[in-house]
Amino acid sequence: MAESKKEMLLDPLVDNNPITLQVLGICSALAVTSSLQVAMVMALAVTSVTALSNFFISCIRNQIPSSIRIIVQMVIIASLVILVDQILKAYLYEISKTLSVFVGLIITNCIVMGRAEAFAMKNPPIPSFIDGIGNGLGYSLILLLVGVIRELFGTGSLFGVQILQTVNNGGWYVPNGLLLLPPSAFFVIGLLIWAFRTWKPAQVEARDFKIMEAEGGH
Amino acid sequence: MPNSQEMNPQKQGLLARFKAMPLDSAPRTITVAVVLCLFCSMIVSGAAVMLKPQQQLNKVLDKKVNILKVAGLYEPGVDVAKAFEKIEPRLVDMQTGKFTDAYDVNTYDQRTAAKDPSMSFEPANDIASIRNQAKVASVYLLRDDAGKITRIILPVHGYGLWSTLYGFIALNADGNEVSAFRFYEHAETPGLGAEVDNPKWMALWPGKQVYDLDGDVAIGVNKAGSGVHHIDALAGATLTSVGVDNLIKFWMGEQGFKPFLENLKNGDA
Repeated sequence: MAESKKEMLLDPLVDNNPITLQVLGICSALAVTSSLQVAMVMALAVTSVTALSNFFISCIRNQIPSSIRIIVQMVIIASLVILVDQILKAYLYEISKTLSVFVGLIITNCIVMGRAEAFAMKNPPIPSFIDGIGNGLGYSLILLLVGVIRELFGTGSLFGVQILQTVNNGGWYVPNGLLLLPPSAFFVIGLLIWAFRTWKPAQVEARDFKIMEAEGGH
Repeated sequence: MPNSQEMNPQKQGLLARFKAMPLDSAPRTITVAVVLCLFCSMIVSGAAVMLKPQQQLNKVLDKKVNILKVAGLYEPGVDVAKAFEKIEPRLVDMQTGKFTDAYDVNTYDQRTAAKDPSMSFEPANDIASIRNQAKVASVYLLRDDAGKITRIILPVHGYGLWSTLYGFIALNADGNEVSAFRFYEHAETPGLGAEVDNPKWMALWPGKQVYDLDGDVAIGVNKAGSGVHHIDALAGATLTSVGVDNLIKFWMGEQGFKPFLENLKNGDA
């Protein structure tokens, strides 16, 4: 790959975003975006896991037998995720309580494994590390966007600071309860993908099949 | 690799022979797997052991903060350990309703005990759907300078719509008037059942009476009603409200803390 390091870092933000273009890692994006603070910690956790797992896998890529390569990747990713979980429990207890199982589920986040398999297995450690950071940031960008929309319109606050006074507390804003439930993240992410692809039409996928024209009248 | 070495594998060192094996050969695959697993398990267990004290500290701190909040002693930035010195933790035997010293009050965990068949029992009339009730409960007392009890803080829990709600109820010295009520752990629907955390709803509780004049549990969370025993149910969260109603009736009743509160009032707890 002849990409410069800067391109590798910035490319996954918009042009090759893991969520909007590759549509990976959707599950956790649904679960942890109801408040911005939680979304940010999750974004940091995923970014560090992706970057470090890419780095370590790339370090030993020439020693990994191809028959067990997926398991080897999983072991490294799982170890890093447990490490992150333990650190969160020790130093960010409140947030780790809200994130609960979703930190553990970073293991199953397709972005981490996808980048390990697609990039780290074929490239040297430093570019792999940067690729991991870039993809982590791409994920973070979407997570934070969704988090802003859901928290602001769902509860009227950002980072827990009240911005729109809600009716419950004597203000004027009627919060949209749907935005606090996981399905709303589906809609928000769907709309974001639509917006991204309208802005950058190159991201629109080719059709798998064409709908046939109906023949004659009816 | 030089040809001469490949011809005489016996003369090579173990490492070089290992390196000469194809990547996918069985010995090499197993070796890579074992070494990697050993290395990763060392890192993971090392981190778990090193961070454990800090994690336990957090858990204890979190519980103390919740007890302080329900006692009305918590403000952001307060020194939790110091504020908690005013609170006296005690253990209560649920069958006799009296204080017990069967376990160490500082290490006893009621939630772990409820899962242990030897330390718990199945309540006869399980309206709060808790299934297993610990034989011994942790309660917290707040005393004034003269040593008289001013607050009784009791742990309550029960099933709502999706989850078990864990909380504390604080009663005034008469063991009847509610001074505060809050949950510290639940997973009810955000925006609906999770409104049990709404300060405006929690503010409905102080001043309500748990028992009527005959000493029966009269407090209730329901849609219609008024007076000192009525707490307005949450709009749009019928099942969570029913759950809260059940759990408060359970824990304040004969199977819950009622015997203890009576003993406490009569001075023989």
